Amino acid sequence: MAMSFNKITDGEWELNVCGYSCPHPQMYTKKALQKIGSGDVLTLIFDNPSSGESIMAMCEAEGNDLIDQQDGGGSYTWKIRKA
Amino acid sequence: MSLAGTAAQPSGVFSKGNLQALGVLLFVVAGSLWALSLDTRFVYMLVYVWFGLAYGVLLQYGRFCMASAVRDLFAVKVPRMAVGMMIAVALYAVVAAVVTLAGFSTFHPNALGWHIVIGAAIFGFGIVFTGGCASGSLYKAGEGNMNSMLVILAISFSQAIVVSASGWWDSLVPQSWVDAAAAQDMPAELTITQGWFDIFTAGHLWNLKGTTTAEIFGMAETAAGIVLMNTMLTAIVPVVVILVALYAFYYRKGHLRRSGKVNPTLGDEVAGIWAMCISSKNTAIAGIGLGILAGLHMYVTGVLREHYGIFNFGELLVAMGYQDGLSIQDTVFDPGYWYITTQEAQWGGWIMQQFGINSMDSIFFGLENGLPNPLLNAPGFMSIGIILGAAVMALSRREFKWKTPSWETAFFAIVGGTLMGIGARLAMGCNIGAFFATVTNGDPSGWIFLFGMMIGAYAGVKVFSWWMDWSASRKESECGL
Repeated sequence: MAMSFNKITDGEWELNVCGYSCPHPQMYTKKALQKIGSGDVLTLIFDNPSSGESIMAMCEAEGNDLIDQQDGGGSYTWKIRKA
Repeated sequence: MSLAGTAAQPSGVFSKGNLQALGVLLFVVAGSLWALSLDTRFVYMLVYVWFGLAYGVLLQYGRFCMASAVRDLFAVKVPRMAVGMMIAVALYAVVAAVVTLAGFSTFHPNALGWHIVIGAAIFGFGIVFTGGCASGSLYKAGEGNMNSMLVILAISFSQAIVVSASGWWDSLVPQSWVDAAAAQDMPAELTITQGWFDIFTAGHLWNLKGTTTAEIFGMAETAAGIVLMNTMLTAIVPVVVILVALYAFYYRKGHLRRSGKVNPTLGDEVAGIWAMCISSKNTAIAGIGLGILAGLHMYVTGVLREHYGIFNFGELLVAMGYQDGLSIQDTVFDPGYWYITTQEAQWGGWIMQQFGINSMDSIFFGLENGLPNPLLNAPGFMSIGIILGAAVMALSRREFKWKTPSWETAFFAIVGGTLMGIGARLAMGCNIGAFFATVTNGDPSGWIFLFGMMIGAYAGVKVFSWWMDWSASRKESECGL
C-alpha cells in the first residue's frame, strides 16, 4: 500500500490513497488539486470514509465540481473537475 | 460544486451488511441479558455499554472526530467538524443544565493549571498523526481500521506506563513537589514520593483548584448560576463566538461566491452561518444527537446512583462480591458521563499487572481509579460499546472494511497514540473528558485544553506537511506531489 499519483491522459489524473487514514487522503487530495490545471479531472480513490466529508467540503469551498461518486464496500472512487 | 452522483444503492433490508450489523446488535443484547442474569445490579454497567453503543452509531454516522475539528482547519481549511463539535457542545450544555438543576449531575471540575496547556498541546500534536482523537480512534476501529486499534493500544499502554513509572522519570519533577507530596497525609503503600506522576499529582495538582464559573461568581448552588454562568457564559457564548469566527475565516468567502451576494446584509450573513451549520447534515445531526445523549447519560447514571445509594460503581462491585482491582478507597473509575482515556489506561495497567508489573502503588490506580478486570470495567465497556456501535453503522452502510497498517501508518499510530496518552494524562483527560465534558458543565478549563490542543495540532500539521513533501520528493515519479 502506497500513495500513487499518475497522469492518465491529457487533463486526467488519478490519485490512489487507499489504506490511508486521516489526514493523508485530504492532504494528498489538496496537493494533487494544486498540481493539476484548471478544468482537469482528478480521479480520487480512497477507503477512509471520514476523509470524504472533508474532501467534499474542500471542493465546495474552492468551487471544484464533484462530477462522479462511486461508493460501496468501504471504497470510494470520486471524480473531481478543478475549477 | 455540482454532483452527478452514481453512488451504489443499498441492496435491501436483508443485505449482508445489515444482517452482520444485526448480529453485532444481538451479541450486545445477549451479553446484556447474561450480565443481568448474573446480577440485576449490572444494569449500572450496561448503561455505559448502551450509551457507548449509541455514541458509536452517531460518531460513525457523522464521521464525528474531534481531531479533524482542529486538524482540518489548519491542514485543508475545512471547518465542518469544528462546527459539528460546537453544535454538540451547545446541546450538551443545555441538557447538562437541566440535569444539574434536577440534582443528578455527576460532574467534577478539573484542576486549573499550566499542565492543561502542555498536556493538550502534546495530545493535539499526536492526533494529527493518528488520524483520530480518542473517540475517533474507537469508532474507526469499529470500521475495521487496524491503525486505529494500534492507536488505542498505544494510548492504553503509554498512559499506564506514565502514571506508574519511577526511577529516572522522577528527575523530571522539582524537589518542591516532592516535599509537598511528602507533606500529604497518605497511606505508605502508595509511596507518593516515588514515581514522577504521583509526585506531580500529590505535590502539584492537589494544590490547584478546579472550579465552575458559577462558583467563581459565588452562585454555585443557584439556578441563575447554573443557567447564566455555567451554561450561557461558559458554553453558549463561546460557541456563538467560535461559530462566527469559523464563518468569517473559513466559510464566508465561498458562501458569498456561491450565493452571488456582493454586498451582503446582516440577514445574508446570518443565513450564511446557518448554511455553514447544516452544510454537512450528517455531522450536524450527529452533533445534536451526541450533545443530547451525553447529557442524558449523566442523568441516567445519577438516577441509578441515587437508586442504589452509591457514589461510585466500586461500592456496587463490593456489594456484588467483587473485590479485586478496587482502589484503597474501594472505588473504581466511574465518571458517570462520556469519557475515554482513563479506562484505556486501566486496560493497559491491568494487562501489565498480569505480567507482574504492579501499578497499584500509584495514586492514579491505587488511590483513585483502581485496576478492575476489563470484564468489570464499566467505562471500559462504554469504549467497547463505541467500537461495536460504529461497527453496526459501518456494516449497515457498507462502509466496514478491514484495513491493515503499513509500516508508515503503524509508526504514526504508535508514536501519535503514545503522545496522545502522555498528553491526556498530563492534562487530566482527552478532548472528551478535559474539553467536551468540562465546558458543557460550567468548567472553563476545557477552553484552555482546546487552546492547547490547537497549538499542538497546528505544529503537528506543519511537521506532517513537511514530512509529506520530503517523502514525495524521494519518490522517482514525474507525477510526484
